[in-house]
Amino acid sequence: MQPAATAVPATAATAASPAPALVLRGLTKEYVTGKPVLRGIDLEFAARGITAVIGPSGTGKSTLIRCINRLVEPTSGQVIFDGHDLVALNRAELRTARRRIGMVFQEYNLVERLSVMENLLSGRLGYISPFKAWLRRYPQRDIERAFDLLETVGLSAHAHSRADSLSGGQRQRVGIARAMMQEPRLLLADEPTSSLDPKTSVEIMALMQTLSGMHGFPVIINIHNVELARRFADRVVGMTGGRVVFDGSPDAITEEHLKSIYGGEDWLE
Amino acid sequence: MTDVRAWERFSIGERMGRFAVYLGMVAAIVASLQTVEVIPEFISDAPEQIGDMLRRMWPVAWGFYPEGVHEPLLESLHIATLGTVLAVLMAVPVAFLAARNVTPFAWLNYGAKLILVSARSVNTLIWALFFVAVFGPGALAGMLAIAFHSIGFTGKLLGEALEEANRGSIEALEAAGAPWLAIAIKGYWPQVRPAFWGIVLFRWDINVRESAVLGFVGAGGVGMALDTALNLFQWERAAMILVAILVVVLVAEVATTQLRKRIL
Amino acid sequence: MAARTGSNRVAFPPSWTARVAWLVFGIYFVYAASHLELTPARFFSGLEHGAKFVARLFPPDFHRWELLAKGMIESLQIAVLASALGVLIAAPLALCAARNLMPAWATWPARAVMVVCRSFHPVIVAILFVKAVGFGALAGILALTVASVGFLGKLMTEAIEEISLKQVEAVRATGAPFISVVSYAVVPQVFSRFVGFVSYETDANLRNSTMVGIVGAGGIGGTLFSAFQRFDYDFVCAIVLTIIVLIMIGEILTLRIKKVFGI
Repeated sequence: MQPAATAVPATAATAASPAPALVLRGLTKEYVTGKPVLRGIDLEFAARGITAVIGPSGTGKSTLIRCINRLVEPTSGQVIFDGHDLVALNRAELRTARRRIGMVFQEYNLVERLSVMENLLSGRLGYISPFKAWLRRYPQRDIERAFDLLETVGLSAHAHSRADSLSGGQRQRVGIARAMMQEPRLLLADEPTSSLDPKTSVEIMALMQTLSGMHGFPVIINIHNVELARRFADRVVGMTGGRVVFDGSPDAITEEHLKSIYGGEDWLE
Repeated sequence: MTDVRAWERFSIGERMGRFAVYLGMVAAIVASLQTVEVIPEFISDAPEQIGDMLRRMWPVAWGFYPEGVHEPLLESLHIATLGTVLAVLMAVPVAFLAARNVTPFAWLNYGAKLILVSARSVNTLIWALFFVAVFGPGALAGMLAIAFHSIGFTGKLLGEALEEANRGSIEALEAAGAPWLAIAIKGYWPQVRPAFWGIVLFRWDINVRESAVLGFVGAGGVGMALDTALNLFQWERAAMILVAILVVVLVAEVATTQLRKRIL
Repeated sequence: MAARTGSNRVAFPPSWTARVAWLVFGIYFVYAASHLELTPARFFSGLEHGAKFVARLFPPDFHRWELLAKGMIESLQIAVLASALGVLIAAPLALCAARNLMPAWATWPARAVMVVCRSFHPVIVAILFVKAVGFGALAGILALTVASVGFLGKLMTEAIEEISLKQVEAVRATGAPFISVVSYAVVPQVFSRFVGFVSYETDANLRNSTMVGIVGAGGIGGTLFSAFQRFDYDFVCAIVLTIIVLIMIGEILTLRIKKVFGI
């Protein structure tokens, strides 16, 4: 029995509908054949705004995010970004595409033994040759941009500190700055606040909101915390059992919706 | 006016130090390359010669095993095991002397460490030459050679394990008035025991390899059979011996890896 | 509740597996010792002989120091070149053998090569190379390179397999090419351990290079062996003392180098 997706039109992005930045068509992923984690996801993401993906653990939110930049290989379907179907690209083309997609991780995923500056500059690795990267010879423009970003996230004092000497919130800010170094046209965030305390979580979400507004790129955040989603997102996508069961404005989420997403009734097969 | 903000990975001092090390390494390599006495034709000839030798070793003389390999192989194993045991027995007191937290007398520490360094600087083969000259050819010389060389590493690793022991339980025993020997047995030993067995197993594994070559200088084991076979150009028999050694070494390595996993 | 008298409460319950193991080992010890003809009589006569022998070692005789120096230098050359070649081959090989980064068709052959390389004692490998390419330093260099590849490769592979893959994932997500992923996400995690491994292996090569000469593969070992055979024990003592000093210097040097790299 299929639940009907409740589509409540979001208040933003109806006026002049420009081409969507990202389109997912029939995206499917099976880690084990016969047990799909993602069941034919169809979604479109506008060129601005924050989309929060909510749902219980194991429902495929993280897989969805990772299928977009193919850190996880989709079993079938299309991921259309920047005019190309990412699923069909070969490795070299995929690398080129990934340069414009920034990613922020739950456990920050910084290179702990390198300094904050080096972690930031590693965001440009898709743009410079491996040889120059090895020698740490970045164009001055990149270095300037790195210093500017450090100021924006409030970490100028830590430019030369080792990444593992920072607190969780500071590390996530470095992670965000690293993604920003790529001059991304899309920002993915996989549970960026799950390892942080409530106050720091709000700071991180606010930072992403500010940056996305300033530079005009869409953000897709996979998140547990419904309150944070309501507060910062322009659009909420609820997933359960590998399917989208809610897609609309955060104001439109009701208790009924949350029950259907998080359980109370068994949507899983 | 904007200052150009520069970024460098290492400070000047760090860079100079690293550069000096790299320069030193390259200089050593270049100097060695230029002065080593190697005839260039030998290098270009080498692959062909090696291939030729390998071809002569085929087919492997499997039948040779019972008559000419089994006994010496066992003898090598005995040499390795007994040698390791003896080394451990000798190394434990020296290790205790060498550990700064166990023995507070600096000159004893240095003396013990000097013994350990000297023991491991002299190769097992060189020790074997020495013991063959003293005790005559045979397994006794081999066993002592293994033992005296192994003291160096076993003692060093054991000493380091002792130096990392936690002070807490030692203090408690001292406060209770325990004599030095009791502190050693009940305070230090329980802490280093897992490391100790790991070191013993590791050393035994290495000694199994070492014992195979002692025969080349007459100190017993399968090395003598290999030496004979090679000198008489009996390549297939030599191959058999090599295969036997390979199997024993692999089994020993697997066994010690499994045992070490259980301990740690 | 009445206290139990003559109780069966044991403070340190015996471990029967351990006791059986010790018993088995004891039996083996006696069996092996008798097999090797380790009789006390032989041991004591040997001690007496040994004391006389040690007396003949001293004082050490350095008057043939040119021969000594030549041999030591050749040993150093062998050690340096074998270590350099060993690292050059072992590092990429270890990367290929890392199961967390590479597919099976790359890891199995790489691991097999490394296992074979380290299964044979460097002296055995040296003898084979002497038979193949002739006497001299070349055989020694090749033999120690093979040994280095085996040991260094194993240690390096283990280190690579222990890294956190999260850092690798993040760098891959930026669109970096494979080599950049390695240099930014793998190398920083393993570099300090690698420096330790390389210094350990260089130290081992220095020791082994003093020995391969005994079978004709170049270096001070040959000088030592012929001195033994000529019963020139004073010279033997001089050579051994020089070897000890050289290796001590090597150990101190590697400690300093590790400090420069902040290990």
